[in-house]
Amino acid sequence: MSDILLLSWFAGVGMALVSGPLGCFVVWRRMAYFGDTMAHGALLGVAMGMMFHINLTLGVVLVSSLIALILLLLRRQHALGSDTLLGILSHSALSLGLVVLGFMSQIRIDLLGYLFGDILAVSPIDILGIYLGDALVLTILAKLWHPLLLMTVHEDIARAEGVAVDRIQLIFMLLIALVIAMTMKVVGVLLVTSMLIIPAATARNLAHSPEAMALLGSVNGMLAVSLGLAASYHWDTPAGPAIVVAAMTLFIISLPASQWTRWKQAPRSPKS
Amino acid sequence: MATAADMTFFYRQAYSMQDGKIAQMLYQGGHRIKQIGKILHPGSCMPATSDALLLQAREVDYHLGEKKILDRVDLQVHAGEIVTIIGPNGAGKSTLIKVLLGIHRHPGGDIWLRPRIRLGYVPQHLPIDPVMPLTVARFMSLGPSRPDGNAVHAALELTGVQHLERAQVHRLSGGEFKRMVLARAILGQPDLLILDEPVQGVDYAGELNLYRLIGTLRDRFGWGVLLVSHDLHIVMSATDRVVCLNHHVCCTGKPEQVSNHPGFIELFGDQVVKSLALYQHHHQCDDPVGHVHGSMKPSAPSSPSS
Repeated sequence: MSDILLLSWFAGVGMALVSGPLGCFVVWRRMAYFGDTMAHGALLGVAMGMMFHINLTLGVVLVSSLIALILLLLRRQHALGSDTLLGILSHSALSLGLVVLGFMSQIRIDLLGYLFGDILAVSPIDILGIYLGDALVLTILAKLWHPLLLMTVHEDIARAEGVAVDRIQLIFMLLIALVIAMTMKVVGVLLVTSMLIIPAATARNLAHSPEAMALLGSVNGMLAVSLGLAASYHWDTPAGPAIVVAAMTLFIISLPASQWTRWKQAPRSPKS
Repeated sequence: MATAADMTFFYRQAYSMQDGKIAQMLYQGGHRIKQIGKILHPGSCMPATSDALLLQAREVDYHLGEKKILDRVDLQVHAGEIVTIIGPNGAGKSTLIKVLLGIHRHPGGDIWLRPRIRLGYVPQHLPIDPVMPLTVARFMSLGPSRPDGNAVHAALELTGVQHLERAQVHRLSGGEFKRMVLARAILGQPDLLILDEPVQGVDYAGELNLYRLIGTLRDRFGWGVLLVSHDLHIVMSATDRVVCLNHHVCCTGKPEQVSNHPGFIELFGDQVVKSLALYQHHHQCDDPVGHVHGSMKPSAPSSPSS
């Protein structure tokens, strides 16, 4: 039992490593629903992967990225608001995934595991995959950090200073797709965005700089994984949702801290 | 603000051009690397004062969809000169700035920037979201170039907000915020400072202060300044040259010349022009009461001619 728990913990920590900093960008760029839509597409990715016998992670990354691309294109040309387009794509992708999975009656799959995660079933190979993904995502993110931060603050200034805004935006979306594929195993497609957003939001309440917020996001994610798994073990609750509940609890605890920070940072009158 | 990464390119480009005995570099809207279009032969477009010329736009067109935003716009900025673009809302002022900076790509016409030029840019809108924790010092060092702390402090000191270095950006007042953004733009010691409505959201006293500061910076460092503004009053008193834009350049020249130009009067209306005259009167006489029912400004020639 403790072996399984240890493996799960490693998987969860591996996920939290990347979901912290990437989640901060999702929060800063107001892409929560965008991430949600990509995550819902992940189920379609799984279905496609099974259908065409390709690696499921690859399927998830491909379909999620494709949905993100469609979204960007639609947003440029369409009269409908972003939220409506997101709603259309998000729910269509989820339903399409379920329908396609339904057609494949010969394959028995654990649907609930895909929807809400199955962290207790991770294999050492999965963990290797997660940490390889960590290395890849964190390396790219470290390279893009400063330009990405600048274009998050102001896109035109970034362009004027020679940042390749469009290219970086595309790479950033691919990174999210990759993290979704990694996180899916832990909390499932329906809860993936929660692990991007909640730890980052908690970190916002405590941090004074973007870098600190990214780091704290990871730490919060790891804490949530640890607490959630412990709770799940003690009370025999589903692990994925338990982790999200733990993350939420941490967020609530961080709220008074944010008041304290705010009070401490109250504007001082300038010394003349 | 133009950063190291951006500028290294300019350096390289300038050198390679010089190897080919062509000292000038032309780029077309943002594609500084791939889209170097025609190369002007030395002297072919340069005015006599070419060493001071920082920026030259010739017959720049820009379309947004079907709509023509810029129509054969000519513009020059020299070192040590404050040039202000004025015009009504939707005249294409910000678009022109963005085309010059390469933010809007693929304009028609030619844009020439002095080789190895360093640019500082203050955009019209810079909404800072409290969702990102950001101190003033960290804001200053955003981006691919990593300025050192002393430079950051010096730039903040120049704009008078050095005491706010550790404050969170979203807690600044409108005026403090503008000064911080200006500080970041001058951090790289720009040859040309491009400011899009730098005083928007600042109260009247702050506005005067900011313009004074921009003038001081120009005097002290000899930078060229390209301003966008729709506040005619201050523009007229703090500018060397005015470019009146309404998709095309209506008129251009010294403030007092432009304010009598038929194109200017047509664009802004008689009332505005008259109030402008009052304002200039106020400033030139420096008389606390005499301007209340002021007649025509003393500087205006009695017979309008241009």
